[in-house]
Amino acid sequence: MFKSIVRLEARAESSALMSYASPLIAIALMMVGGLILFSILGKNPIEGFRIFFINPISDIYGLSELLLKATPLMIIATGLAIGFRANVWNIGAEGQFIMGGVAASAVALYFYESEGVHILILMVIAGGIGGMLWAAIPAFLKTRFNTNEILVSLMLVYVAQLAVSWLVHGPMIDPDGFNFPQSRMFEEPALLPTLIEDTRLNAAFMFAMSVLLVGYVFMYRSFLGFQMQVAGNASNAARYAGFSAKRMIWIGLLSGGSMAGLAGMTEVAGPMGQLTEHVSNNYGFAAIIVAFVARLNPIGIFFASLLMALLYLGGEQGQQYMNLPSSISNVFQGMLLMFLLGSDVFINYRLKWGTK
Amino acid sequence: MDSVIISSILFATITAGTPLIIVALGQLIAEKSGVLNLGAEGMMAMGAVVAFAVTLHSGSPWLGVLAGMAAGALMSLLFGFVVLTLMGNQVATGLALSIFGVGLSAFIGKPYESDILPTVEAVRIPLLADIPIIGPAFFNQQALVYFSWALFAALVWFLYRSRSGLILRAIGESPSSAHSIGFSVIRIRYGATLFGGAMAGIGGAFLSIFYTPLWVEGMVSGRGWIAIALVVFATWRPFRVLVGAYLFGGVMVSQLFLQGSGLDIEIPSQFLSALPYIATIVVLVIISRDKNTVRLNAPASLGKPYRPES
Repeated sequence: MFKSIVRLEARAESSALMSYASPLIAIALMMVGGLILFSILGKNPIEGFRIFFINPISDIYGLSELLLKATPLMIIATGLAIGFRANVWNIGAEGQFIMGGVAASAVALYFYESEGVHILILMVIAGGIGGMLWAAIPAFLKTRFNTNEILVSLMLVYVAQLAVSWLVHGPMIDPDGFNFPQSRMFEEPALLPTLIEDTRLNAAFMFAMSVLLVGYVFMYRSFLGFQMQVAGNASNAARYAGFSAKRMIWIGLLSGGSMAGLAGMTEVAGPMGQLTEHVSNNYGFAAIIVAFVARLNPIGIFFASLLMALLYLGGEQGQQYMNLPSSISNVFQGMLLMFLLGSDVFINYRLKWGTK
Repeated sequence: MDSVIISSILFATITAGTPLIIVALGQLIAEKSGVLNLGAEGMMAMGAVVAFAVTLHSGSPWLGVLAGMAAGALMSLLFGFVVLTLMGNQVATGLALSIFGVGLSAFIGKPYESDILPTVEAVRIPLLADIPIIGPAFFNQQALVYFSWALFAALVWFLYRSRSGLILRAIGESPSSAHSIGFSVIRIRYGATLFGGAMAGIGGAFLSIFYTPLWVEGMVSGRGWIAIALVVFATWRPFRVLVGAYLFGGVMVSQLFLQGSGLDIEIPSQFLSALPYIATIVVLVIISRDKNTVRLNAPASLGKPYRPES
């Protein structure tokens, strides 16, 4: 095959430049892929590109929507990155997000028609704990029975989706909602205050900023964060140094779970304003892509979340103006991750032309 | 329970287990060569939607199955290129393939969401189908059910009785030794990966053409992941895949058992739907409880990239 013309040669050491350039290459490839996809669909690719990537952020409202959509992604991806660094593969953030949303909604509905800041505070705590408990299941099974956390956390996504469906059809249904499968609309004290007038951007964005900051300090400035990094990069070294593998698994899963749960809270107490079956917009899976594209780095997570949020908004615009199904966002997201994983080869290898 | 009910429960169990068998056996071959492709969910989704569309346009379910198989294989080729040629991380790439495949299938399938395919007639095997209870359940089935049995038999022979099967297993256990005695690890892994993708495509096609028979976004609903769990549960042995798949098939049709039992219990439908996922977790716990069970049976190089020193 083409191997005879181009081949890969191992680099003496991994290229730091390429590890930053590869996400940019992946983004460029994704955009080229998008242009090709639009052409295949018989749409004008330039027009498609404009609607997808430029239109959504051409005014203040658009920008506020971008930050709004990026908020849960930033929160979840930071939590996940802590685990991924230690090779703890929590891919069930989607389910933890839902359970966080459920727990926060339970608090909001419990305090229905009452006042006070404590409601929101309790909702934040409940959301975090809800997600954390859901992630504790794979953590317990992994540490106690050595059960694969990828499969368990993923199976629990389906269970969470069914659980929320049952709740909004039954115990948490809006009593005055004509049997529509959704909870009551939350009242003012259970909703996060908006930051900019006439937009939906709310205080959750501040949570996201704090989470990124705390995540950064934990990953780069704390001993525990260092231990987890070592455990991920060189598990033998970590074992010799006496770092407890079980502790890493617990921390990795619980940080991801609590953050996903918190993000679930910000969604029900923010743009949704109630609990429905479709509480998550696939944020739990998109955040995995964010974490990878960001190289598990909080600064990277900030930018990757904005990009991913743009893909969501672009998908909505494409639905509205180009008659494309909304799932086009997922196509772009998946493409981005595939391209990234492919171009990562150049971190450790370089291209050589000609046969040896 | 009378015999008709028992027979229909058996029938439904086998039907529900069939896509799991086909997909899990495909994954088993890929994993035996050392390739862990977590993209089964995405490959099944693509197989399902492409098979549905082709069947709808051509009127031929068999052309649909072929197209679904090709779609699954193409997806696995993409996976293979990233992890085998570019040496990408298998876990992350498989995950990406699942997200990508599920998204792309929803995208392609949008125009077909209101269409329904005509039911495909079951293939009745003369004489055997006349056996009471078992006959109608086992021998009056869709052709792909028989295919799943043939596939099982063929793979048992291939893995344990043929030279190629031995080479495949050797590559999964120790790619560097296999390479040093002259086998192309990458090429054989490509083959195994493609086979896994093709089978996932057929499994998806079974769902959209024979099982439902319609296309809904997200209709694979975790079966690809369950198939991957099944391979672990089966400790990489084909016969246990077969048994496990029917166990899961039974769990999936548990509503039927409830109806058949004649008991009048009010159980939320969501609870019954959650059973297969909970069962997956339970069997994974049982099988991995003893650390050595999984470690000794898993192909030694599973999930690890290999680069021949040329």
